[in-house]
Amino acid sequence: MTALLDVTGLTAQYGDSQALFGIDFSLDQGETVSIIGSNGAGKSTFLKSLCGLLPRPVEAIRFKGAPIGGLAAHQVAKAGIALVPEGRRLFPSLSVEDNLRIGATTGRPGPWSLPRVYDLFPALHARRKQPGTALSGGQQQMVAIGRALMANPEVLLCDEISLGLAPTVIKDIYRGLETVIGEGTSVIVVEQDIAQALKVSSRFYCFQEGRVSLKGRPGAVPMADISAAYFGV
Amino acid sequence: MTDCLPHPPAPPASTRYSVVTQTRFSRMGEIALILVAIALCLMPWWGDRGLIRTATEFLYVLALAQTWNLLAGYGGLVSIGQQAFIGLGGYCLVVFGVQMGVNIFLVIPIAAAVSALVAIPAGVLLFRLRGAYFAVGTWVVAEVLRLLTANTTAVGGGSGTSITTAVKGIPAWWRESLTLWIAIVLGLGAIALGYLFLRSRNGLALQAIRDSEPASESLGIRVDRMRWTVYLLAAAGCGAVGALIFISKLRISPEAAYSLDWTTTMFFIVVIGGIGTLEGPILGTILFFALRGLLSGFGSWYLILLGAVAVLVMVRWPDGLWGLLSRKWDLALFPTQRRVVAIAPRKEDSPHGSR
Amino acid sequence: MIDWINTLIQGLLTGGLYALFAVGLSLAFGVMRLVNIAHGDLIILAAYLALVAVEATGMPALAALLVVVPAMALFGYGLQRGLLVHTVGKGLLSPLLVTFGLSIILQNLMLEIFSADSRGVQAGLLETLSLEVVDGITVGVLPLLILASAVVVVGGLQLLFSHTGLGRSFKATSDDPETASLMGIDPKRVYALAMGLAMAIVAIAGVYTAIRTSFDPLNGPSRLLFAFEAVIIGGLGSLWGTLAGGLILGLSQAIGFRLDPGWGILASHLTFLAVLVVRPNGLFPRTRDR
Repeated sequence: MTALLDVTGLTAQYGDSQALFGIDFSLDQGETVSIIGSNGAGKSTFLKSLCGLLPRPVEAIRFKGAPIGGLAAHQVAKAGIALVPEGRRLFPSLSVEDNLRIGATTGRPGPWSLPRVYDLFPALHARRKQPGTALSGGQQQMVAIGRALMANPEVLLCDEISLGLAPTVIKDIYRGLETVIGEGTSVIVVEQDIAQALKVSSRFYCFQEGRVSLKGRPGAVPMADISAAYFGV
Repeated sequence: MTDCLPHPPAPPASTRYSVVTQTRFSRMGEIALILVAIALCLMPWWGDRGLIRTATEFLYVLALAQTWNLLAGYGGLVSIGQQAFIGLGGYCLVVFGVQMGVNIFLVIPIAAAVSALVAIPAGVLLFRLRGAYFAVGTWVVAEVLRLLTANTTAVGGGSGTSITTAVKGIPAWWRESLTLWIAIVLGLGAIALGYLFLRSRNGLALQAIRDSEPASESLGIRVDRMRWTVYLLAAAGCGAVGALIFISKLRISPEAAYSLDWTTTMFFIVVIGGIGTLEGPILGTILFFALRGLLSGFGSWYLILLGAVAVLVMVRWPDGLWGLLSRKWDLALFPTQRRVVAIAPRKEDSPHGSR
Repeated sequence: MIDWINTLIQGLLTGGLYALFAVGLSLAFGVMRLVNIAHGDLIILAAYLALVAVEATGMPALAALLVVVPAMALFGYGLQRGLLVHTVGKGLLSPLLVTFGLSIILQNLMLEIFSADSRGVQAGLLETLSLEVVDGITVGVLPLLILASAVVVVGGLQLLFSHTGLGRSFKATSDDPETASLMGIDPKRVYALAMGLAMAIVAIAGVYTAIRTSFDPLNGPSRLLFAFEAVIIGGLGSLWGTLAGGLILGLSQAIGFRLDPGWGILASHLTFLAVLVVRPNGLFPRTRDR
C-alpha cells in the first residue's frame, strides 16, 4: 500500500541558504504524525514546502501517488492539503465568520461546514461577527484551525498551534484536534512542545538542522534518545 | 546521530580578504572621464555649432538623468514632478536675468538656490506621502507651479516670454561656448558629485536606505535626513539645468518649462540604462540620443518604442542594460560598492581568514 | 446668491465625474497596493473606444457603455495577467515605472491613431436636457446621471466587498496574499479580476468623459491627478471617502473658477495640498498604511 503523502529527498532553499537537506517522510491515511525539533530545525520550512509556498523539486512530494511538487499553493489547497500557519495569520479585514468562509474557497465536499466548526469550537459562535484579530490568542487559533477545516482537507498541517497559549487553552485546542482526527483526517503536527506532540501522534519525526535526526513511535524510543536528537547533543 | 552528517564546505584555507572599491577598469574610467572633459572643453575651437549644441544638450540631459537616478535609484524617491524645478530654474532667467538685469550665466547658481528653497516646503508636504503617492504628489506640485506661472502676467502668463533681451551684448560665440562649458560642469559634475557622494559615508547610508528602509532605520541611519539631502540636491540640479536649457532656447512658456516630457526623458534614460548605478544613466543618455537620431522621422512611434523598451527592461532586467553588461563582464566604471576580494594567501593565517 | 448656489451644484456634479475617475484607482490600490500611473490614459482610451463605437455603428452614446465596459474589463484582466503580474511583489519601483512606461506608450499610440485634435461624442438630446429644480436653478440630466452612476458604483462595490465570495477573496488577498493562496485562492487571478473590475469602472468614467467633455490623447495625466487627489483627500482604502474626495475636488474647482477662470484647476490642486497639510491620512482613512 502506498502512503497518502510520500516525501523523498526533499530539499528547500530559504532565501540564499539551504534549509532542508533531503527529507524522507511519509504519512498514511488516517494517521497522525508529529514533527518535533528546536527552532530553525526546518519544521516550518518543511510544511511550507508541502503546501507549495516554497519552490521544491517536482518529484520529491507525492500525494495519493501523484507528484505535487510542481503545483502552486492554491492548487495544493484544492488537492486537499490544508495548513494552519504558524502565527495563525487570520485576515484582519475579515470577520470571524468570513475568515472561516474563505477557508471553503476550495469547494471540496466533506464533513466540515460552518455549523460543524461552531460545534467544534463553541466559543467562536458568539463572536462570529467580530473581526478575527479582535479575539484572544486561543480563539484566534481556533479560527485558524476552523478555517483550514472548512476546506475539508484530507491532510491537515498544524504549525505550532500551541505556541504562546495558556495550558487550559492548549487543552481545548487539542481536544478539538482529536475530534478532527476522529473524522479520519490525516494530520501532521509540528510542535516544539515534545510531550504534547508525542501524546497526540502515533509516529514522530525529529528534525535537526534541516535533516531527520530521529524517527519512531512514541514509547518505543527512549526519551533520552529523543532529547539527544532534538538538541543535537 | 548527527556526527555522520557532512558539514558545509569550509572556505578555502589560507585566503586573506580585503575590501576595495577600486578596480583596474575604474581607474580607466577616471582617466577616460578626464580626457573626455578636456576634449569637450576645447570643443568651441574644433567643433561646429551643430555639434556644440548637441553636446550641450547631451550634457544637460545627462545631468538631469543623474539627479533623477540619485532620487529614484538611490533614495527610493520616485518623482514624476522634477519638471517643477526645471520650470522654476527657467523662469529665474525671466525674473533675475530679464527683469532685474543679472548676468544670465550668474542666474544659473541663483536658479539652483531658488529651486532648493522652493523644494523645502514642497518636501515638507510630499514626505507625508509614501512611495507611489509621493510620485504623484510631486506631479501635483509641478502642476501647481505651472498654473501659478501661467496666471502671473508679470512673467508672460500662459503664452510665455522671450529671454533674448537678457543676452544682448553677449557675442554668440561666447554665449554658446559658455553654455557648453556650464553644461560640462553640470553633466560631468553630476557624475563626479554622485561618485564622491556615494562613496562617502552618506552614500553608504543612501544605499542602505535603498536596500531596506526598516533595516537602515534600525541601524541608526537618519533616513529622513538622507532623503532631504537627495531631494534638495536633485531640485538644485534641475533648477540649474532648467536655467541653462532656456538660455540656449531663448524663449520660455509654462507649457514647455513645466513639461512632463523632462521627467519622462529622465525616466527613460535611467530605467533603460540601469537604475541605481552611475554608469547606467550615461549609457542610457547615449542610447537615448542615438535612438532619437535614428527614429526622429517616425514621430510618436519613437516614444512608443522607447516606452516599450523601458517596460521590457523593467520587467526582464530591472537593473537595466548596464546591469546586464556589468554582470556579464563584471565591469564597474565608477564602483560605489565595496567589494570583498581575496588577496595573496599567507601560510600562518587561520582557516577562516579575516573577512 | 442664486449664482453661488448654481456654482456649488455644478461643482458637485463635476465632482461626480472625478469620483468615477478615482474609484478604479482606489480599488486597484485597495486590492493590489498598485498605483497605476497609466490610469488617466486608460480613461482616455475608454473615451476613444466609445467614440469609435458610436461613430462606427451610430449607436446612441450611452449604449457605448455596453461595448466599452466589457472591452475594458477584458483589457484590464489581460493587462494584469500579461504585464503587471511581473511587477507584483517586486517592491515599489517596478509597478510604478512599468505603469509610467505604459502611460507613455498609450498616449503616443492614441496620438498616432487619433491625432492631437480634440474630440467629443455627440449625445444629442442628452447633452442639453436639464431639470429646473427651483426658479433659476437648473440641473443637467447628464451630469446628474454621472453623479448617480458614481454613487451606484461605490455602493455596488461596497456590497461586493461585504457580501460576496469575490469580495472576501479581494479582502483576504489584499491582507495577506500568501495565506490567501493556502485557502485555494489564486492571488494572480484575484489581482487580474480586480484589475478587470477597476477597468470596467474606468470604462464608465471614459464613456461619460467622451460625452460630457472634449478630450484629446494627452488628457490622461490630468485625469490621473484628479483621481489621485480624490483618493488621497478621501483617505486610502475608503470607497465612500473617495466619492467624497471627488465631490470636494469638484466643489473647490467650481468655486475657484467662479473667483477667476484661471484659478479653477489650481484651486482643486491647492485643496488637495491643504488636506495634505491638515489631514495627511485623508478625511476618512480606512486602510492602515503598510
